[in-house]
Amino acid sequence: MLTGSLALTALIVSLALNGGPRLSWQFLTSYPSRFPEQAGILTAWVGTTLVMFVTALSAVPLGVGAAVYLEEYAPKNWITDLIEINIANLAGVPSIVYGLMALGVFVYQFHLGHSILTAGLTLALLILPMVIISTREAIRSVPDSIREAAYALGATKWQMVKDHVVPYSTGGILTGLIIALSRAIGESAPLITIGALSFIAFLPHPPWQSQFPYVSFQWLMDPFTVMPIQMFNWISRPQEDFHLNAAAAGLVLMGMTLAMNGLAIYIRFRFRKRIRW
Amino acid sequence: MILPLVQPAIKAAVNHLNFYYGSVQALTRVNLVIAEKHVTALIGPSGCGKTTYLRCLNRMHDLYPGNRYEGEILLHPEKINILSPTVDPIEVRMRVSMVFQKPNPFPKSIYENVAYGLRIRGIGKRAILDDKVEQALRNAALWDEAKDRLHDTAFTLSGGQQQRLCIARALATDPEILLFDEPTSALDPTATARIEELVTDLKAKVTIVIVTHNMQQAARVSDFTAFMYLGQVVEFDKTDKIFTNPSNQLTEEYITGRFG
Repeated sequence: MLTGSLALTALIVSLALNGGPRLSWQFLTSYPSRFPEQAGILTAWVGTTLVMFVTALSAVPLGVGAAVYLEEYAPKNWITDLIEINIANLAGVPSIVYGLMALGVFVYQFHLGHSILTAGLTLALLILPMVIISTREAIRSVPDSIREAAYALGATKWQMVKDHVVPYSTGGILTGLIIALSRAIGESAPLITIGALSFIAFLPHPPWQSQFPYVSFQWLMDPFTVMPIQMFNWISRPQEDFHLNAAAAGLVLMGMTLAMNGLAIYIRFRFRKRIRW
Repeated sequence: MILPLVQPAIKAAVNHLNFYYGSVQALTRVNLVIAEKHVTALIGPSGCGKTTYLRCLNRMHDLYPGNRYEGEILLHPEKINILSPTVDPIEVRMRVSMVFQKPNPFPKSIYENVAYGLRIRGIGKRAILDDKVEQALRNAALWDEAKDRLHDTAFTLSGGQQQRLCIARALATDPEILLFDEPTSALDPTATARIEELVTDLKAKVTIVIVTHNMQQAARVSDFTAFMYLGQVVEFDKTDKIFTNPSNQLTEEYITGRFG
């Protein structure tokens, strides 16, 4: 553990030393450029944010639904055992394999293009096993005495699930989701596979518009880049200055990940305080 | 087995009830009548089937796979067999409520705990809920302690108060029968005394069946007592009779503390 924290500290220090001087408001609000001192990560962090949004929005209903089904509804037999083993295995599949599958399914089969939607769905598949596993864990921690109390009052299974099991495991579900997202945020391999751009000098369409219905979904189909790919692009250039940009972007990405983990810890703490068995 | 002559109206009649956990038979040919607006106590050593029997009355066993009932429990006045597969267990639990061994309030406010049973019955009007919640808390002798903090979480209550909250929660929906599964086994003597007092008060409103490990408790609160042993009802009679002049040798040995 000590080695772990030492390594993390060393990493952050080296990133900060290299990239720190490059961090500025201008860096966050500029498009990439062929001049390293003018280049920024605007498209990258906007892309990352939008992709994460799609990922969370698609992984939560699927993952929570699957977990609730497996824990509360599914009979315990060899089929559910098989599903369980498969989910555990899926959590360990290399991410590039998900990228290849997404390329075949989302890009070539469903013609979703090299878009934010494709990327979000790909990463959603990637984190789905983790979301399912952590949600099941959270659901299992709701004691049976609570389930029986609800049933004894005449609740149906669905009422018991929606009024008790899911609300009381929200803390665990959110924590698991955020941890999973903070893994997905650093993924580049599957996104390169589905054709994310590594240099993009424009933003996706805004999710709002001035006319009715005011929200727009055009951005879902736009090309994009994400933070790790931007970093990869910079690091593979010969100019030394771009390497400093990569370090600075890494620092931002690191900050995003740590912030998400912090949020997870905070949520867990809040819910633990409210619910004890 | 000879059933005592029960003068009060019958609320439920249990006829030849067999119950199986998978292949293990837990209850054998149980016959009992439950008198309306009286307290029926079930006593007996651990593992004798008291709780198993109690949980038949609101079909709690349906929640777990592999459990099987035989025989019938007729719920009066319409004499429907609540064990019949055509009867929805939800319907049964709407009429037969339950208080558990350990207080198990929901991690919600005191108010929402009591209101939950009403809410799942589709009652959403604030005025009706307020009214019913107050009435239930009063009936459970918790109103005075809880009225100023109805919206605090139920975990701020003490163990005994939590158990009374669970009683209020069960009472809020006006059940016909209230089942108590060793309701005081996790409580201290003062809290126990309050619950016992409450049980005695409540029998004016609702039929009560109580499982207890504590024979003095059965003697104090109940009108009828069934002594169970190895999944069978050994003796069932008026409580006075059971505790002063039991007709079965085994009952006498149990209540005098020679085994169990």
